[in-house]
Amino acid sequence: MSLIEVVGLNHRYGERKVLENINLKINKGEAFALIGPTGAGKTTLLRLIDLLEVPASGEVYFDGIHIPKSGRQRLKVRRRMAFVLQKPQVFNLSVYDNVASGLRWRREEKDRIDKKVNGILEMFGLEGYRNRNARTLSGGEAQRVALARAMVIEPEILLLDEPTANLDPGSTAKIEQLVSYISEQGNTTIIMATHDMPQGQHLANRIGVLLDGKIVQTGDAEQVFRSPQDEEVANFVGMENIIEGVITANNQGMVMIDIGGAAIQAVSGYPVGEGVYACIRPEDITLALSRTQSSARNSFYGKVTQVTSFGPLSRVEMNCGFRLVSLVTKVSVEELSLQKRKEVYASFKATGVHLIKRRDG
Amino acid sequence: MAEIWHGLIKAIELIISLDPEVMEIAGRSLRISVTSCLLASFICIPLGSLIHFHNFRGKRAVINIIQTFFSLPTVCVGLFVFVLFSRAGPMGGLGIMFTPTAMVIGQMILITPILLGLTISALSGVSKEIVDTAISLGASSFQTTVAVLREARYAVLAAVTMGFGRAIAEVGCAMMVGGNIRGFTRVITTTISLETSKGELELSIALGIILLSLALIVNVALNRLQLGYSRGK
Repeated sequence: MSLIEVVGLNHRYGERKVLENINLKINKGEAFALIGPTGAGKTTLLRLIDLLEVPASGEVYFDGIHIPKSGRQRLKVRRRMAFVLQKPQVFNLSVYDNVASGLRWRREEKDRIDKKVNGILEMFGLEGYRNRNARTLSGGEAQRVALARAMVIEPEILLLDEPTANLDPGSTAKIEQLVSYISEQGNTTIIMATHDMPQGQHLANRIGVLLDGKIVQTGDAEQVFRSPQDEEVANFVGMENIIEGVITANNQGMVMIDIGGAAIQAVSGYPVGEGVYACIRPEDITLALSRTQSSARNSFYGKVTQVTSFGPLSRVEMNCGFRLVSLVTKVSVEELSLQKRKEVYASFKATGVHLIKRRDG
Repeated sequence: MAEIWHGLIKAIELIISLDPEVMEIAGRSLRISVTSCLLASFICIPLGSLIHFHNFRGKRAVINIIQTFFSLPTVCVGLFVFVLFSRAGPMGGLGIMFTPTAMVIGQMILITPILLGLTISALSGVSKEIVDTAISLGASSFQTTVAVLREARYAVLAAVTMGFGRAIAEVGCAMMVGGNIRGFTRVITTTISLETSKGELELSIALGIILLSLALIVNVALNRLQLGYSRGK
């Protein structure tokens, strides 16, 4: 049975529709990432699940129990969850008192509070900050306190709203490690909102894409990132090569797509004449200086139009009669001396092409 | 000028020698003002929280009215309490006119708008995210209110200190409802007023110095609180 079930949820702020017909089931022990651009409604959905707000319409079920719109039942259910906000929020108290807050509000005994708080401070590497005023901590430390404060109450559901959005890479890595650890223990169901797709990919076992207040796709990382449901999702998940075409042949599932002069081969069941978008992830495109023999069924000659490097990778844009973007290592860029106007062959497998049916097709 | 110098020296002598009359008046002043301030705080802090945490029609207007009464003239309060508790007044039967109790009530009314208004603005200074954090960690409505008050503690304490400062320094209300009865309702401000009009500057100056010292202590305390608040931020 689902731990959280959201049925037909709608929400608006004034005249603005924020969430529209959200239906979602989250199972016990699952780590679920809600990904979507800023303003898509991720925070609002988390707030509605945490019962911080009442939806305009629709229902929320917790462990099969229907949550009323008001009354003491909401507090009872809310006490089984914990929410870590995007901006690190700490009370103007010592780290110890911050972490102990939730337990005190649940009227736990002093000895138990002491034991639990000291244990979690140690687990989160915060024992040295015990008596320090939490407001004097850095953003990363404060977010760790916020996470420890949430985890000390042993919530059944941990809601995380962009927990690393305002943090430096070092602090982000620490928080991700902790979330990953919590997830591995399997006692806590995690619902995390993020616009950082790699983070969602490696911390969650299931992902939901929220665009303009609607959940447009749910599935595991592989499904969402490699097989987006429509053009909008493809764009959001970083499918940089989205090429419009029409299927001209289908030979036992191997289709030929005419993309205006050139042809791409892909694996699909779509019939001849179907209008499609051929989506290729940039990391699936390999580059070479000459046409090589390989298993890749698609190989195109083109000229490099731009090389942009970020971190250990470089993004290479090419004109192959149509625009193609490839993501290669910096080493490859150096070895192939990739620069503007360099002639290259871009190759990708037929299985690396994901087809989306065009609505106008 | 010589008279003033003489008065000043005499006043210092009165303070150093812990003159019984000076000490008695200063003690009474403190007792009445501390009592009125504490009682007003017990009413205004919860009431201010109630106003802050609840949305109702006319909330803005209520806050505007409260702020308007910040500079409520002390004699107006004195007049109101006088009318209320005088023998012919609606609560005349209580027989508390010209007693320290009436003075406490007068001062409470005087500082209520300050305490109420500043409590509301102190709570408004706590971010919405902190309120959400408390609620999401499982705090009930009452526990959330207490948590937010604790966050705003320095600003709320500053409001209480301001209220105390206004209470101990007022003269109009104390004179009208206390009657400045020697050994019973005579406080620092009413004594200064009376003794100065009689030309007895020594006692006035001595009490003036004590009043200024109290104001200084209040001010220092206020500054320390604000310093603590800004450090806490």
